[in-house]
Amino acid sequence: MLNVTNLHAYYGKSHILQGVNFNIKEGEIVSLLGRNGVGRSTTVKTIMGEVEPQGSIQFKNIEIAGKKSFEIANMGLGYVPENRDIFPTLTVRQNLLLGQKSDASSSRWSIEEMFGMFPNLGERAEVAGGVLSGGEQQMLCMCRTLMGDPELIMIDEPTEGLAPKIVEQVAELLQEIANRGVAILLVEQKLSIALKISHRLYVMGHGQIVYEGTPDSLMAADDVRAEWLEV
Amino acid sequence: MLEVFIFATLNGLVTGLLLFMLASGLTLIFSMMGVLNFAHASFYMLGAYFAYSISLYFGFWSGLIFAPIIVGVLGALVERYGLRRVHQQGHVAELVFTFGLAFLIEEAVQFFWGADTKNYQSPDLLDFPLFTLFGQEFPAYRGFMIGISVAIFIGLYYVLTKSRIGIIIQAAITHPHTVSNLGHNVPLIFMGVFGVGSALAGVAGVIAGPVLTTFPGMAVVLGSIVFVIVVIGGLGSLAGAFIASILIGLLQSYAIASNLGMPDLLNLLGLEFGRDHPLTDLWTLTLPQIAPILPFLLLVLVLIFRPTGLMGKREQ
Ligand SMILES: Nc1ncnc2c1ncn2[C@@H]1O[C@H](COP(=O)(O)OP(=O)(O)OP(=O)(O)O)[C@@H](O)[C@H]1O
Ligand SMILES: [Mg+2]
Repeated sequence: MLNVTNLHAYYGKSHILQGVNFNIKEGEIVSLLGRNGVGRSTTVKTIMGEVEPQGSIQFKNIEIAGKKSFEIANMGLGYVPENRDIFPTLTVRQNLLLGQKSDASSSRWSIEEMFGMFPNLGERAEVAGGVLSGGEQQMLCMCRTLMGDPELIMIDEPTEGLAPKIVEQVAELLQEIANRGVAILLVEQKLSIALKISHRLYVMGHGQIVYEGTPDSLMAADDVRAEWLEV
Repeated sequence: MLEVFIFATLNGLVTGLLLFMLASGLTLIFSMMGVLNFAHASFYMLGAYFAYSISLYFGFWSGLIFAPIIVGVLGALVERYGLRRVHQQGHVAELVFTFGLAFLIEEAVQFFWGADTKNYQSPDLLDFPLFTLFGQEFPAYRGFMIGISVAIFIGLYYVLTKSRIGIIIQAAITHPHTVSNLGHNVPLIFMGVFGVGSALAGVAGVIAGPVLTTFPGMAVVLGSIVFVIVVIGGLGSLAGAFIASILIGLLQSYAIASNLGMPDLLNLLGLEFGRDHPLTDLWTLTLPQIAPILPFLLLVLVLIFRPTGLMGKREQ
């Protein structure tokens, strides 16, 4: 479904992505792991067209490198950025409305259903998004992207700075997304939920993929975890 | 005295609403681009001239409909093929571009229509007094100006706050990347807002042309005041622009109507100066004479005491 081949990206003169290769198949949950600053966020931003890509990015067998962000989004690629960029002055409901595409009727997600899953959001439907807690904003951000009915959703560090109880909720939502046949690229630093829900994992180091495996194989590979993951 | 007050208030309202029709577009465009569009008032002038030419052949009402559409399309083209390209060179280049465009439009207007004042008239249909108060008449055309401005603003308010496209515009102004990632074509939205903002300025030109006269300097005359309003109101704030527009409209209107001179004011304060005082020119100024500089005076005061403008947010 997503095929990234020899992807390079630069911030000014600094060469951040140095030939990234990975792929995601239909309905798969794949995690992209790695320490701070190795280029995980840059990878998803480059796929999304926010950073200029060099190399090949194929989504549903169509080359998307060079396309604009909104075109990529409209092809069915969803993106939840790491900064939880909700619209603080708009209400929770309006935030969700913004995620909808023009043909919202065929979407596998509806606003009322989201409110059912997350009563916290439902109770605050008409409240400005800016007053929500960090965890609620993360949920809102993920739900907003889902409203656009993506076939693959890339989620950047959804559990960062959240209490364990909320992390649990995030994990449940990820499970629900997968159950509806949506593929997931989960960008994480911690192993906790990635090991629990992923089908496959990639580990990134210094702008390249340094390891590919399953949760079981990564658990067995002590050397990989020591060199590229543990702090 | 009361009739003077009532008529001054009504006239101030007419001016204020007209100013807001320009200021609203200017401040919206500022929040999108982060740059003041110096050519904004030029679109106002184009509105008046296009409407004048159309009215010669098809009458005032056709001008009212088609002139703003033409101006809006022109505005959208300017954004798409001018500003969007210049944007990559940074804000200074954009500013210079809009400056140049303002001069270009003024020259073009002189070239095509000449440097003289055009005999652009309000429609006969509205050539009657709306009401007579204390023996003084209030022209129906001014009532029409108030009506059409208010109708447009109510419509815009609804679109901007209640409709889906309005919500997308609001979000795109503050978070363009996020909105783009959700699948919305942000450059197209910006072009649309620029076009609608220009069309609004065009409407203002169409309805103001017959009252404030249609001549090549009309953009500069009103443009400077509109900039003052946008700054006083707080850059990017629609509510602020509204308050500042009405405030300045009323202020100028009262100053003109009051017909008070400096001597009267000074006498009120218990001061008296002889006719042969060296500063006698200053003492004999009348408020109507001062009216045109009042907006700029207000600008200086606001900038000193509230640098972000009345409703502006502090820069982060
Ligand atoms: N806008 C930017 N301009 C210049 N350099 C940047 C920019 N954003 C990130 N970088 C640099 O690029 C490298 C990779 O950043 P990236 O955000 O992809 O890291 P990451 O793996 O997501 O880690 P984390 O999210 O924990 O910071 C870092 O060295 C960072 O300093
Ligand atoms: Mg990151």
